[in-house]
Amino acid sequence: MSATSYGWLVLAFPLAGTLIIAFGWRVLPGRVPGWIATSAIFLAFLSSIGALLDLLDRSEEERQLVDTAWTYASTGNFKVGLEILVDPLSVFMCLVVSGVSFLIHLYSVAYMGGDRGYARYFAYLNFFVFSMLLLVLAGNFVILIIGWAFVGAASYLLISFWYRRQTAVAAGIKAFVINVIGDVGLVIAAFLILDNVGSLDFLPVFQTAHDHFATNDSTIVWACLMLLVGAFAKSAQLPLHTWLPDAMEGPTPVSALIHAATMVTAGVYLIARMHPLFELAPTAADIGAILGCATLLFAGTVALVVTDLKRVIAYSTISQIGYMVMGVSMAAYSAGLFHLMTHAFFKALLFMGAGSVIGAMAGIQDMDRMGGFRRAMPFTFVTFAIGALARAGFPGTSGWFSKDEILAFAFNRGGWYAVLGVLGYVGAFLTAFYSFRMVFRVFYGNAVPEAVELESGHVAHGEPMNPMTGEPEDTDVGFPGPEHHVAERAWPMKAAMGPLALLAIVGGYVAIPGVDNVIANFLEPVFADSPLAQDEPSTGAEWLGLVIGGAISIVGIGLAWTIYLRRPGTTARLVERYPWAHRFLEHKWYFDEAYGALFVRPFATFGSFGRRVIETDFVQGTIVGGATGVVRVSTSFARAIQTGYLRAYALLLLVGVAGLTLYFLINSS
Amino acid sequence: METTWYLVLSAFIFAIGVSGVISRRNPLVVLLCLELMLNAGNLALVAFSRMHGGEAGQVFALIVMVIAACEVVIGLGIIVAMYRNRLPIDIDEMSELRG
Repeated sequence: MSATSYGWLVLAFPLAGTLIIAFGWRVLPGRVPGWIATSAIFLAFLSSIGALLDLLDRSEEERQLVDTAWTYASTGNFKVGLEILVDPLSVFMCLVVSGVSFLIHLYSVAYMGGDRGYARYFAYLNFFVFSMLLLVLAGNFVILIIGWAFVGAASYLLISFWYRRQTAVAAGIKAFVINVIGDVGLVIAAFLILDNVGSLDFLPVFQTAHDHFATNDSTIVWACLMLLVGAFAKSAQLPLHTWLPDAMEGPTPVSALIHAATMVTAGVYLIARMHPLFELAPTAADIGAILGCATLLFAGTVALVVTDLKRVIAYSTISQIGYMVMGVSMAAYSAGLFHLMTHAFFKALLFMGAGSVIGAMAGIQDMDRMGGFRRAMPFTFVTFAIGALARAGFPGTSGWFSKDEILAFAFNRGGWYAVLGVLGYVGAFLTAFYSFRMVFRVFYGNAVPEAVELESGHVAHGEPMNPMTGEPEDTDVGFPGPEHHVAERAWPMKAAMGPLALLAIVGGYVAIPGVDNVIANFLEPVFADSPLAQDEPSTGAEWLGLVIGGAISIVGIGLAWTIYLRRPGTTARLVERYPWAHRFLEHKWYFDEAYGALFVRPFATFGSFGRRVIETDFVQGTIVGGATGVVRVSTSFARAIQTGYLRAYALLLLVGVAGLTLYFLINSS
Repeated sequence: METTWYLVLSAFIFAIGVSGVISRRNPLVVLLCLELMLNAGNLALVAFSRMHGGEAGQVFALIVMVIAACEVVIGLGIIVAMYRNRLPIDIDEMSELRG
């Protein structure tokens, strides 16, 4: 089988899983939908490996394969079809997406066990993975946009999964609206490219783009900026990041899926995929790099004060994606994608650990209420700590190699890119600090009642309530069931977290500077045409960066240890001393408030004005009311004849016939 | 006998039928009056047929009888349906077609 056949299989399995569960949920008993979904993704993962092996058999020049299932539209030289592009980049993404998604599905089989919407959940989950795979395998802009929009729709369905929860529904709408802003950007970019290049297929566009555009031509810069709008909306970068923390309203494995495998990595993939265009528009690429850098600092500072366990991880995702966006915008493509991979491992792991802790807390997500889970949940503790170490870039873990490779590229580019690199190290310090703030606050300290209860062998139970508002919840429809699951007691959760913990450590060993560089070598054919990407930092410089990064990470962890374990109470003193800084960070730099004042409230006011004045008075009153009034008046005579009495009709008939007869009789004589 | 007498009789019967249809509210009586009107027509047809010496008018009369039978079946069916639905047996009550 060729790589493209494997590519179609990668798409077919999750789609089949979605359809089987969606149409067969009535007859599928118990946990069967979960296992169907999990095996569908596993088969997709195996197909990705098949595609990988097939690509490796080919010579480097022949590793870009395009296959069209059918053509939608064909006019003149222009055609659009259901077309997939199988090349090292898409196969790499397929492996990461399907591999990590498989483990998240496996985790969900147990974690969602008591939920009322078990089958619905897995149908959505499979659809989500299918959409993401469609996005990364797309061979032209149309399929890309379809996958892009599917991912947005699937995220909406999953964020609002517990649809009786007001906050969850609002979060789903927010995510969807911001994603649609991104979709519009992507569509405009595709239009600009079609208008100038005359094709929507990736390979012809990339090969001929430099014939149509001069470097930094205003059209290509605008097209790339529109691509960035799309990428930033999906990847939750400044200023379109506000949906991601709210997306924590969904079930925890969904957060893992959104953050690790699907969705937020789509923006990074998009920039890497469109690199021939971005290299023609350095201005747009620089804007992307600066915004990525700003995002990683912003999210890092907010993560210092957020107390919701899942939201801390959410802000850390925004921050880590900032590194990736900065990397791929600076032509550090393989480094950015390498970080994408390692981030997928440790972020999925962190969310799974958080899900386990939340299960032990009976649904409570507030870190202020947690503490001392170390003894009660040894497995969760170890895996979570590994995830946190990898995220903090502790020497020897995967995050250490991948993050510092991006920063090494920044220093290698020199000039003001070096400033971004320095800021990246500041962000790394923040990352290390807040990562261990989480670990120390959740697992160390005095054991909370829930932890004590778990130690005595019993999972705590609480009344179902909304973790954001504390409102009691209706458990009849669309809500998590009364059961809670922790990794220590559910083997599928353990089986999912174990491999991820391993990968979070060893995942970085595929690209040790000076030793091996598997990812970059594999992706080489995709980025071979990019002169910037060839300018790699020297091994010595990379090792220097690794040493600095490792030192910063250890200092950050040490500071967290000092503040939270050695001298507890330091944070309270800091808050007392700098209340304004704390308030500023707690309100997430007032982004939500600003958007509320700038966009939401004016639109809501305009909307209610429209409903009150335009709709009620003008449309209903004047136009519709006027038209019906005219008709009513002009037909009043005709309506008066229609009395509804049978004999009146008979009389009219008789009079009519008699009248006609008389008329003809008189005329004929 | 002259044909005129038959036609006058026919016209009288037809007028009785019309006045019944227009003035009565009981659907059974309305149906009876419709029958009267049809049979007045029959009488005129047969009278003309005899005057002209052809059979066409008599054949028409037979066809009208068949049609009348069909019409009575449907009409009585409607009345039975009204009764079953506990509607008043009064055609003035059935005035939903009012504009």
